[in-house]
Amino acid sequence: MARLQIVPLLEIVPESHHTSTFRFRADFGGAAGQFVMVWIPRHDELPMALSYLGPVKGITVHAYGDATKALLAFRPGDRIGVRGPYGNTFRLEGEKVLAVAGGTGMASVIAAIEAFAQQGAEVTTAMGARTAEELLFVDRASASGEVHVATDDGTRGFHGFVPALAERLLQKHKFDQILTCGPERMMKLVVDMAHAQRIPVQASLERYMKCGIGICDACAFDDKLVCVDGPVFTSAQLASSRDFGGYRRTKDGRRVPL
Amino acid sequence: MVDLRTEIAGVRLRNPTMLASGFLDETGGSLLRVFRAGAGAVVTKSIGPEPREGYANPTVVQLDTGLLNAVGLPNPGIEEFTHEVKEALTGNAVIIGSVYGKDAAEYAQVASRMEDAGVAAIEMNLSCPHAKGLGTEIAQSEEAVKEFTRAVKDAVDLPVFPKLSPNVSDIASFAVAAEKGGADGIVAINTVKAMAIAPELRMPILANRYGGLSGPAIRPIGVRAVFDIYDKVDIPVIGVGGVDSGMAALEYLMAGASAVQIGTALVDQGLGVFERVTKEMNSVLEDIGFKAVSEAVGVAHG
Repeated sequence: MARLQIVPLLEIVPESHHTSTFRFRADFGGAAGQFVMVWIPRHDELPMALSYLGPVKGITVHAYGDATKALLAFRPGDRIGVRGPYGNTFRLEGEKVLAVAGGTGMASVIAAIEAFAQQGAEVTTAMGARTAEELLFVDRASASGEVHVATDDGTRGFHGFVPALAERLLQKHKFDQILTCGPERMMKLVVDMAHAQRIPVQASLERYMKCGIGICDACAFDDKLVCVDGPVFTSAQLASSRDFGGYRRTKDGRRVPL
Repeated sequence: MVDLRTEIAGVRLRNPTMLASGFLDETGGSLLRVFRAGAGAVVTKSIGPEPREGYANPTVVQLDTGLLNAVGLPNPGIEEFTHEVKEALTGNAVIIGSVYGKDAAEYAQVASRMEDAGVAAIEMNLSCPHAKGLGTEIAQSEEAVKEFTRAVKDAVDLPVFPKLSPNVSDIASFAVAAEKGGADGIVAINTVKAMAIAPELRMPILANRYGGLSGPAIRPIGVRAVFDIYDKVDIPVIGVGGVDSGMAALEYLMAGASAVQIGTALVDQGLGVFERVTKEMNSVLEDIGFKAVSEAVGVAHG
């Protein structure tokens, strides 16, 4: 069993006014797409994608709830708990890859973008944020391939939502694999485009989790679990899903619209 | 080939393994998936009258020999949950509905709605060791166990299986009380009250501080409890606690259990655990000269 490890934070890198990256050493592996359960002592334990793999791992956290806001006040040397890595990985299949990320979704796909580039695939990234200041990992993605940016307010790049930007790229270029992570309605648009053009697609989903290890049923998605059967789901699973883009489970297990 | 079929208070099972309550059992899709993976029956998450979110995280601590949890009885409430039961029934799953409440009337009310939804039996969660006011105190009073069991029996026409806590000095006397209340079978044991601390942070890990320990660490406690209960009651016993192999299941059967429940082993073995345990029981029983699992029940009593 993957034991909880209590680790000091080595470095905290502000990425925008509400998002920071926290680096730590942990005695476990990790591949692109996998996540860890992060214990913010006295507050909560939450699933978070590994935005950096390797011995010094990283999580990139948007402070939108009480626990994540509390984490933003942590300083290097402060300790958090981590256990994992959990879940499946992005499959690194494809020569011409389009990664489409919205907001903090970039934290989930950046490791995959780098892994694809490392094995020689041509990776194009379309990333979106509300405003230029909130864009994540532009430099890292640029080092791995072409980057196209969309902002809701037009402060940088394409003025509009990232699926519209992705649609333009799909019209101009041929891709043989699409990755996506971000708000689920955004991903739904991207996945629908992928289906229409018959391009294999992988989407990394987010659900409320308790155990992270496939037993509590909190992250039920259709008859699958996001924590062990995901978080990355592929074309066929997404196409036949009754939940994708439409429903989630509340903390008490009720199935409600997203 | 050993005859693996078993029957508990009229509930027929294709094999003696069941999904334990609290694991992959909050949604119809998951219940059905576990049944299709080979469980003889599936026990639902413990359901109460109203939706409940459970405790804040961390709710689970993985240990070398087991799992510590204080999930805190999250559930969508019985009205919503009847849809999940119905979904699982579309695949003909044998479902045992686990119920809890704050008093006997609530247990009875939820059990009755479970019956309407189509479950095959009721399991009463009388012993969640970490949810205040919901089962914990009941589990400490033989009189309350009897009274609550009677209330549920009066409310339904289904077999009723109270699930007992090991966190008492003499579990067999609670089984006797449940039998007097009309129980059709006994489920033993629930988790053992426990705690884990993170020394670097100087605090308990679970948000609830206390939790329930499950997995191989508690198997000898469960086997002993089933052995004691089998001596004292005439109703069937369902053994639970650390079953992760056919050998472990046979310990429970020979102690007196007619069936076993499996939960924590899902973490390491996944859904294949039900088939694996069943196959291993089959081959071991064949080796040592049994023709049916029913012949092995209680043989350790000599």
